[in-house]
Amino acid sequence: MSSVAPVELPIPGGVAGRAPSLEEEYTEATTKVGRVKRNLTSKWATVAALLIALLWTIPTFGLFLSSFRPAVLIKTTGWWTIFSNPGLTLDNYRDVLFSSSVTAPQLGQYFVNSVAISIPATIFPLVLASMAAYAFAWMNWKGRDVVFVLVFALQIVPLQMALIPLLSFFSRGITIGNALIIPPTPSGTYAQLWFAHTAFALPLAIFLLYNFISQVPGEVIEAARVDGASHGQIFLRIIIPLAMPALASFAIFQFLWVWNDLLVALVFSGGSPDVAPLTQRLAELTGSRGQDWQRLTAAAFVSIIVPLIVFFSLQRYFVRGLLAGSTKG
Amino acid sequence: MRITRSKRVIIPLAGAAALALALTACTGDAPASSGGTAAAGCEDYSTYGTFTGSPTVNIYGTIVDVEADQLNQSWADFEKCTGITIKYEGSQEFETQINVRAQGGNPPDLAIFPQPGLLDSMIAGGYIKTPAKSVEDNVDANWSPDWKTYGTVDGTFYAAPLMASVKGYIWYSPAFFKDKGYTIPTTLDELTSLTAKIAADGTVKPWCAGFASGEASGWPGTDWVEDTVLRQSGSQVYDDWTTGAVKFTDPKITSAFDYVGNLLKNPAYVNAGFGDVTSVNSTTFQDAGLPILQDQCAMMHQASFYEAQWPEGTTVAPDGDVYGFLMPPAKAGGEQAVTGGGEMVGAFKTSDEITAVQTYLSSALWANNRVSIGGVISANKGLDPNNAKSPLAVDSIKILQDPNTTFRFDASDLMPAAVGSNSFWKGIVNWINGDDTQTVTTFIQSTWPQ
Amino acid sequence: MTTADLLGKLEQVVIALAAFAAVIGLLLFIIDRAPKKRKDFFQLIGFVTPAFLLLIIGLVYPAIRTAIQSLYDAKGNFIGLDNFVWAFTQPDSLVSLRNTVIWVILTPIASTAIGLAYAVFIDKSRGEKYFKALVFMPMAISFVGASIIWKFVYEYRPTSANQIGILNQLVVWLGGEPVQWLQSVPANTVFLVIVMVWIQTGFAMVVLSAAIKGVPTEIVEAAQLDGTNAFQRFLHVTLPGIQGSLVVVVTTISIATLKVFDIVRTMTAGNFDTSVLANEMYTQAFRAGEPGRGSALALILFVLVLPIVIYNVRVLRKQREIR
Repeated sequence: MSSVAPVELPIPGGVAGRAPSLEEEYTEATTKVGRVKRNLTSKWATVAALLIALLWTIPTFGLFLSSFRPAVLIKTTGWWTIFSNPGLTLDNYRDVLFSSSVTAPQLGQYFVNSVAISIPATIFPLVLASMAAYAFAWMNWKGRDVVFVLVFALQIVPLQMALIPLLSFFSRGITIGNALIIPPTPSGTYAQLWFAHTAFALPLAIFLLYNFISQVPGEVIEAARVDGASHGQIFLRIIIPLAMPALASFAIFQFLWVWNDLLVALVFSGGSPDVAPLTQRLAELTGSRGQDWQRLTAAAFVSIIVPLIVFFSLQRYFVRGLLAGSTKG
Repeated sequence: MRITRSKRVIIPLAGAAALALALTACTGDAPASSGGTAAAGCEDYSTYGTFTGSPTVNIYGTIVDVEADQLNQSWADFEKCTGITIKYEGSQEFETQINVRAQGGNPPDLAIFPQPGLLDSMIAGGYIKTPAKSVEDNVDANWSPDWKTYGTVDGTFYAAPLMASVKGYIWYSPAFFKDKGYTIPTTLDELTSLTAKIAADGTVKPWCAGFASGEASGWPGTDWVEDTVLRQSGSQVYDDWTTGAVKFTDPKITSAFDYVGNLLKNPAYVNAGFGDVTSVNSTTFQDAGLPILQDQCAMMHQASFYEAQWPEGTTVAPDGDVYGFLMPPAKAGGEQAVTGGGEMVGAFKTSDEITAVQTYLSSALWANNRVSIGGVISANKGLDPNNAKSPLAVDSIKILQDPNTTFRFDASDLMPAAVGSNSFWKGIVNWINGDDTQTVTTFIQSTWPQ
Repeated sequence: MTTADLLGKLEQVVIALAAFAAVIGLLLFIIDRAPKKRKDFFQLIGFVTPAFLLLIIGLVYPAIRTAIQSLYDAKGNFIGLDNFVWAFTQPDSLVSLRNTVIWVILTPIASTAIGLAYAVFIDKSRGEKYFKALVFMPMAISFVGASIIWKFVYEYRPTSANQIGILNQLVVWLGGEPVQWLQSVPANTVFLVIVMVWIQTGFAMVVLSAAIKGVPTEIVEAAQLDGTNAFQRFLHVTLPGIQGSLVVVVTTISIATLKVFDIVRTMTAGNFDTSVLANEMYTQAFRAGEPGRGSALALILFVLVLPIVIYNVRVLRKQREIR
């Protein structure tokens, strides 16, 4: 199936800003694609692409195959000798999926926690960052360039350095004198994790979304302003629909980061398995020291499944992509 | 899994039934122990009192997985009899996380510290509460004064010891030794000559070693050096070394490095099945001893807890597949000096239920409960060695309880963190990778906090 | 986990999402009805306040705290710039400084180049979707997971034994001796960089692929009619067309590279001269009990980002002028 849609972003008719449906794009695209197709790609390009794909897949594939091999075989023979050293087992997955520990919760609970942490921790920064990005792109205010640079630079604040102050904020609240301005956030709930992930994600989110939102043709916005639309209306009715592909793309990345996070989870899950995500459990199971190959292999694939499903189901948004609008406008 | 699952259904049911019985048998706040089957065996726990409203005590530590289960099991009766719920959380990131949580104002009630150095820094930060007298009484009664000092800062007692391990075991295959006519060395020199002899016989490499352990890589090497320092130069030098009075560049320390280097940095002596000398750095300490079972190497130096690393079905006994002898003293018949490690329990908060848990964990009752589940030992004097599950554990407990044993805590755990949990490890790794003793000891010494 | 637990968790999530939607909705509603006079001001406040509040609590305050901490030693005494002096005189931290520079040069260039090439090669080809997924897959793996995968690739066994790492097996098949990849200075840093490149290429590829599709077809076709070949079209049409995206990709990957420490920590723990600033910072602050030194290293990292920031600001200015 050939893909699709070199659609130029984004001048859908009129101020109301209706994004074309995917079908429309598709039919429109296939005709064009037919003409351009394969002109850019040569035989060598295909070979190179295959080579890269192979190189990028082999390490993971080796681990995947190993995850079905018994521990002894993993440690003594290469996975590529699987035919001369046969032996497949589901033991590794059983170890990881069904805890042999009577007291530790089963993996299912951690799985639910991961989902419960990731979804809000993806949506919150997305909304807040797109609002801020809009303000940077389409509102005129003094010092916005300076502030934008500051926000941009905040990306480099190391997470590790931010953990203690943030935890302190959660557990003690903010007091001025003796007056409690903001009360402590209850631990043992997801709230701390959501807050932390959102705050840490904002600089990059604002930066990336700004790059998209600022590319929206100025005429569209101006026309809406002349018609008397407020910023709120423009944001909701024009920017959000136009930015959908970018939002979806960023959502995928943010989801992946949150899903794979261990550091934030360790600190803000409040020491309770009630809210701890999958990564925390897998780290315990496999040992952060990496000695138990057999469990590690299986654990890696258990945790990778959801991100892959998310990627495949949202992949079509990448067609338009994070920065499809960044042709010079 | 089916078995486990049905068990989990049955237990709460049984519990509910017992509770119902208890409720009908007595009313008010009389403890559940006064009636029903749950009461059996609660006499031992009467000193800890009974609590209503099921208070919870959070414990945080490094112990995970099966060992965490065993820990939970060791206080199950205590929970049942006192009404306290103990919520244990284990994390391998404990060492960093406990700092973050303490400073962030969200510490656990109790923490099980794997090393006194970390505990000291928490005490210095003012986070650790002094325990109730009942805890100190237990420690006075059950532990040697040495052990008490590890939880004491400036004369104030803060934390009670929990479990222990004996370091400096040299693992070997008794059958192989017997076969080849090798005898267990009684002095350090004999160990050297035995090494040379095994190498000369040429069938196997004398030593296996593995220092890889993630970010803590190098620590098995620090154990090697520490054991040698204690045996070569005695406990006074050892103590001065941990406080910084004796420098790493001191001949007494460098000679220990050289002794170990003679054994481990000689390509003829290492590293069976793993490669050349540098493979010591890439082999995990967990894997290091396994070639002994295949008679690929003769000896491997590691603490008593290595017993858990042998594959299922391995007999660990003086006449079994593998066993350990203690690294010998410098002179024949010299004092029995061993290094070891252990956990300390410190409290971040105070309450009656926390005190009850702390008191229980420092008691001989807990030590016996835990040790009889297997896998660990303790230096608790009230511990009956026969409760231990293996000959090696019995031996180790006897060594720890022997009043003639000079016991010293793992030196790197006592040194400042910048050295003990960083540059000493790193130095050992560089040393194995080819740096000479002079360079390495100078480097380590240069990181000692001023 | 009981059904009740599950429902409780679900409830937490649903309530949180609903509350969030309500707050944002209300905010937008209120600023829409703000007094005419200062409407623009109120709208601005409404748009930026939530994000800025979080940024201040979550990042700005910690950054300031870090800066202050870098002037103190472990015991809490003020020592001026001594921590920085330490950072620039200790051989250890100099090595990590050097390595960090190597990382931040190699990683963005390699991942962007490979990602771009791949995106061009597979553009509009059959099965593009699946090709993309293959290279994107590493993005879905955590840094620690990826490090484990690559440790497995680099695994060493002596000549006498079976190799279990594919790289050494290749060497053996070609008649060579197995190598301790991660212990051979200085190449080992490159072997670690490869892991990061492996992860980030997916990001570059996905973003650039989308950008390529955004280049107006008419222009490409026009160039084609002019008789240019594929490479010329790429150079003169595609590349300028995706310039903006390239800057974003390189910037994002550079910053991610400066921050990464899990890879080094998992694979070599910073031994064998492979440490980078982020790892050294973590080690000093959390393991060695020297938060002051850790903070100083964090600030040095911050300074390293400045060139990237300045470049982006210039790009930003240019865009403004065009508009």
